[in-house]
Amino acid sequence: MTTSVPEQYIKDYKNLNSQINQSEPNWLNDLRKKAFQNLSKNGFPTKRKGNEKWKYTNISKLAKTSFSFEKENILQKSNYKNLIISDDSWINLTFINGALQTDISKIKNFEKGITVTKFSDAFGNPKINQLIKDNLSKFSQIDEDGFTSLNTAFINDGILINVDENAKILNPINLSFISHSTVTPNVSYPRILIIANKNSSLNIIENYIGDSSIQSFTNSVSEIMLEDSSKISHYRLLNEGQNTFHIESSRVNLKSNSTFESTSFSKSSKISRYDLKVNIEGENSYCNLNGLYLTSGTQHIDNYINIDHIKPKGTSRLNYKGILTEKSRAVFGGTVWVREGAMKTDSIQSDKNLLLSDEAEVDSKPALFIYADDVQCAHGATAGNIDAETIFYMRSRGIDLETASKLLINGFANEIIDCVNIPGLKKELEKLFLESLPKYKLEF
Amino acid sequence: MIKEKSLLEIKNLHVSVDDDIKILNGINLTIKLGEIHVIMGPNGSGKSTLANVLSGRPGYNIDKGEIIFKGEDITSQDPEIRARNGMFLAFQYPMELPGVRTWQFLKSSVDAIRLHNELPELKIKEFDKLLEEKKEIVEMNSELLKRSVNEGFSGGEKKRNEILQLSLLNPTFAMLDETDSGLDIDALQIVAKGVKNYHNNNNSVMLVTHYQRILNHLSPDYIHVLMDGKIVKSGDKSLSLELESKGYEWIRESILKQS
Ligand SMILES: Nc1ncnc2c1ncn2[C@@H]1O[C@H](COP(=O)(O)OP(=O)(O)O)[C@@H](O)[C@H]1O
Ligand SMILES: [Mg+2]
Repeated sequence: MTTSVPEQYIKDYKNLNSQINQSEPNWLNDLRKKAFQNLSKNGFPTKRKGNEKWKYTNISKLAKTSFSFEKENILQKSNYKNLIISDDSWINLTFINGALQTDISKIKNFEKGITVTKFSDAFGNPKINQLIKDNLSKFSQIDEDGFTSLNTAFINDGILINVDENAKILNPINLSFISHSTVTPNVSYPRILIIANKNSSLNIIENYIGDSSIQSFTNSVSEIMLEDSSKISHYRLLNEGQNTFHIESSRVNLKSNSTFESTSFSKSSKISRYDLKVNIEGENSYCNLNGLYLTSGTQHIDNYINIDHIKPKGTSRLNYKGILTEKSRAVFGGTVWVREGAMKTDSIQSDKNLLLSDEAEVDSKPALFIYADDVQCAHGATAGNIDAETIFYMRSRGIDLETASKLLINGFANEIIDCVNIPGLKKELEKLFLESLPKYKLEF
Repeated sequence: MIKEKSLLEIKNLHVSVDDDIKILNGINLTIKLGEIHVIMGPNGSGKSTLANVLSGRPGYNIDKGEIIFKGEDITSQDPEIRARNGMFLAFQYPMELPGVRTWQFLKSSVDAIRLHNELPELKIKEFDKLLEEKKEIVEMNSELLKRSVNEGFSGGEKKRNEILQLSLLNPTFAMLDETDSGLDIDALQIVAKGVKNYHNNNNSVMLVTHYQRILNHLSPDYIHVLMDGKIVKSGDKSLSLELESKGYEWIRESILKQS
């Protein structure tokens, strides 16, 4: 089905071309052009019937809205200081509207073994140009859906994070994406490419921040590549305004003996979707994906998490948890694939939801497809209220209903917050999630 | 404060579930300060129901009768109020509280009871000191205090955790529902030691058990036999020995003969 996309995207695309056609290499120009053609042809995935990937998330309003893209803007950068979670020991990189702000970021002179390069600065350097060319859009395919096409059509401000062989980067790289512009509603296109070379390690934080008063759309794509024996701990925090749309796609590829740990926290946006796919493309690799989402009002949040076991002896753990209040709605989808030949795969997949209101709703559909022998896999989903029996146990110790509920809800969330190994971040997350939990009393 | 030192009076208590399934059929029992009462009886006779109803567990209908605790009718009181007034139940099957750290849970309950008694919350250091002292009694591993309440605890560890709570909260009235079931000899001794350590003239115990072995460590004042939701026989501690050797059927038969 062909859906026309708002005129504004076409206008902005042409505008961007006129600004950058001179400086960008042909291969990128071709890639963007192809992506834009794809978008024009296929539109956004508004059709839900028969479309398993988008069955429970209605994006028609997002698809219809005319968002404008502002490449350069003149915002008061200091206004965002207080929104950014940071720590002096971290390597803080700040993006406004998808573009890295070199003046307020630490981009040079940090640890040895890691380079951060803006795509637009990289093309003069043949080696880096080649590296980007070889890897960009390798795992995030432009025809995957309209959103990936759209992001790719607007690639310009993306960055490459490259970790050298054997480099162990201990201090976290903190990417803060601030969505704001002088025009509304606005759109931004964050794009990151991370390459962890052999035997390297990296801690990375991806933090999406926005203004609560503004209507905006963040269309983010990241590609993360782990070479043999490398390790990445990835933290993601979605904390944009309540009036925003957030569509994010992340593609992760694991070579042999590598480890990818991901912990995702979401508490904002009118509609948000996190589409994470991990390919286990090398033997003996491990991924551990954890998530916590807290929804309120009429928010809709969709986590679409896929793991593809292609090679033997892979281990995957997936543990997502949701706390739903008011009239909010959560969707959990995704599949663990165990391909033919991925023997001795060990996989556990779980999504648990705590529904604190009768009007909250969850559609949790984790799936599992096994085409190999000798594997160990489990999956499951639960949705429910706080258990009355456990509440009684606490009350029988003198603890009142409200405190008991709070201890249990905090406990539910803590399991995921405890996965965070960066103390400063953990503290902020406790503040953002635990302190904002609604007062709740179980009714008997 | 408490008239004639009678701590708990259960008068003609009738309890049912789901409207018409009757579980307790007229329980009468008075427990005085300083006493240990033992409730024995076949599985399904209503022992846990009695303990649950006394502690205020939701889900039971009290069709008739009343429960007087410290001179006050508590028949429809909330469980947390009963607990704060000095009632405690060591559960037959202690619940797991996923994500709630044992330390946090213990401190929350100690503080809740202190606040009720117009005492300030304990400072972390003060609480840790108290906890250190009490956990020695039940030989509780410190690692367990950092874990979620009862999650991944062995059966014995769960029971010891109940006795740790008993020691920390120091209630006036403690009900122990088969705390001695499924314990090995060492764990049994630890539990018995915990109960002995707790019990004195200013509190009372209601112990539900199937076995003589825990009674050897304590000296119960009364043994009651509960059958089909009624106390059908009461006696002194020699009764438990008789039950151990003869089982319960002879009591049923002697009741039938009488009627
Ligand atoms: N909530 C309940 N709903 C239905 N039946 C119950 C409930 N609680 C207890 N019962 C029934 O009441 C009887 C007594 O149970 P219980 O008090 O647990 O016995 P005991 O502890 O003596 O083994 C049993 O037949 C049990 O199945
Ligand atoms: Mg029982």
